Amino acid sequence: MSILLSEVTKVYQLGGERVNALAGINLSISPGEFTAIMGPSGSGKSTLMNILGCLDRPTAGSYMLDGEEVATLNDDQLAITRNKKIGFVFQSFNLLPRMTTLQNVALPMVYAGVDKRERLARAEQVLGMVGLESRMNHQPNELSGGQRQRVAIARALVNDPTIIMADEPTGNLDTKSGDEVMNIFSELNSQGRTIILVTHEPDIAEYAGRVVYVRDGLIERDEWKVR
Amino acid sequence: MFSESISIALAGLKANKLRAMLTMLGIIIGVGAVIAMVSIGMGVKDKVATSIAGLGSNLLVVTPGASNAGGSRQAAGSSITLNEKDAIAISQEVAGINLVAPAVTRSYQVVFGNQNWTTSIQGTTPDIQGIRNYNIEEGSFFTNQDLETRARVAVLGKTVAENLFNGGTPIGQTIRINNAPFRVVGVLEAKGESAGGNQDDTVIIPLKTAQERLMGITYIQNINVQATGTDVIYQVQDDITTLLRARHKLPTTTPDDFTVRNMVAIMAAADETTSMITSLLAVVAGLSLLVGGIGIMNIMLVSVTERTREIGIRKALGARYQNILLQFLIEAIVISVTGGVLGIALGIGASYGISSVAGWNTVISSLAIVAAFAFSVFIGLFFGIYPARKAALLDPIEALRYE
Ligand SMILES: Nc1ncnc2c1ncn2[C@@H]1O[C@H](COP(=O)(O)OP(=O)(O)OP(=O)(O)O)[C@@H](O)[C@H]1O
Ligand SMILES: [Mg+2]
Repeated sequence: MSILLSEVTKVYQLGGERVNALAGINLSISPGEFTAIMGPSGSGKSTLMNILGCLDRPTAGSYMLDGEEVATLNDDQLAITRNKKIGFVFQSFNLLPRMTTLQNVALPMVYAGVDKRERLARAEQVLGMVGLESRMNHQPNELSGGQRQRVAIARALVNDPTIIMADEPTGNLDTKSGDEVMNIFSELNSQGRTIILVTHEPDIAEYAGRVVYVRDGLIERDEWKVR
Repeated sequence: MFSESISIALAGLKANKLRAMLTMLGIIIGVGAVIAMVSIGMGVKDKVATSIAGLGSNLLVVTPGASNAGGSRQAAGSSITLNEKDAIAISQEVAGINLVAPAVTRSYQVVFGNQNWTTSIQGTTPDIQGIRNYNIEEGSFFTNQDLETRARVAVLGKTVAENLFNGGTPIGQTIRINNAPFRVVGVLEAKGESAGGNQDDTVIIPLKTAQERLMGITYIQNINVQATGTDVIYQVQDDITTLLRARHKLPTTTPDDFTVRNMVAIMAAADETTSMITSLLAVVAGLSLLVGGIGIMNIMLVSVTERTREIGIRKALGARYQNILLQFLIEAIVISVTGGVLGIALGIGASYGISSVAGWNTVISSLAIVAAFAFSVFIGLFFGIYPARKAALLDPIEALRYE
């Protein structure tokens, strides 16, 4: 599952003003890589993540995901791609209130057409993987921030995607919970999944094998760590 | 996938029970009103139709005096322009007629023993039986022989028989009408109410007996005519008019001095009126259903806006256009269909309530039920599709950014 961006731009039209959120990104990520994206606020990290996560489309340029040009996919095909190939983790968790943890985790399988019994069994198993099986009947507002983010990671994992993307997954967490979350990502990476995450914190970026620095919508630096 | 959409939609409704219920109330009231109003309208229609039909089928009634068209109406029956010869001429000269029965009517006190009862005494011929569908319950009707001999015999309506005889048999007994003795030969079967009031509160005696021995008149007050069928009744009406104008030697400029009323025409007119009332009631009630539908649309739009973020999350997790569309459409349809079912119950209940409290006749129409239900489903679809489309077309990123 490889990612290849060439000359990807994203232009926002704000009234009469054009904002070049991405000004021509060239980036290649191989399967199994653990990549952190860093850069100052407003540099275009979230915009890049949204495009990588098939939540948004580039204004111009090419995004080949797994050998397939994303620009040629229609909205429903993008939805299927998000559902099957990518697990997305947000800074603000984005769990559905009034639904239990188990139901939240099972939700992507609803749209994958998995039947209910299988869904709940799998959701329970994945919740176990993030250490939250004891909280499966709680609602999100009964959980701590770190627990919520682990639920969100379980949800991202439940359809067994090969890529996990996270936009500042530890941004709302204290150091301890942040480390717990990052250990899960490391574990997932060691299972062979591709991990891409955005962060402000150098400590968090330490978990990654590669750090991509973004500034003003361009890639400024691309560093591999030698392990 | 469809059943998933249903359970998601139900969960969405459960999260806002009161709101869903209030929205539903609009549909409940709308559907209930349609059914109740139509059943009242149909009840009126039914009642008018049976009461007119109760007078007799293919009936024409000739009365003296001009019709009320033109505004210068003489008091009904006040003139004395009809006589028995007119009736005979009609029966002999007009084609398409089954039976003709001239009649006179006046109110008298009837006495038996220490019981007395004031009722309308009709003097007529035995042919009235066929025209008005009178059936004999006990004894027999008087005969043409009785008519010729001016016999003092009487046939009692059920109400009169019950009031004078309290369950005893009236046949062979002698009653006094305006102090003149009459022998009871028959009792009519009960007929109930009709357009002319209680049809059983009457005493029928031979025409000539009534004219000569009771009322002291030579004219008659109406001629009942039964045509052979609905197809000829308008022709018969015209022919009677032509014949009577000729017999009364009326110049062409003079208006008729009699009126021929055609019960089929009256029935048709009444039917038209009651149908109009029914449709009017249905339309007014239908409008309230429409308002209920707008309520659904309103609440669905609010719900889509409120749940923009939820929609964004669902889309980010892989929900497709149709998943979101179905979720919201089903919510709207669940509201409208549940409202429709409860509305049907309310409408039927209201119909029974109205008929028992106000004493009105109501007819619950299965067509109205099916139509109201189908309409409520349609309303759910129609008013639900716009908000549902709006939700399904949301851009995931913008929806996620929504605060
Ligand atoms: N929907 C939008 N409409 C207009 N401009 C936008 C929109 N989204 C982002 N931008 C602009 O694009 C640029 C990049 O934004 P982006 O959210 O990608 O930054 P970021 O690197 O994630 O910043 P942060 O670290 O603060 O999250 C910013 O200048 C922002 O104002
Ligand atoms: Mg950002």
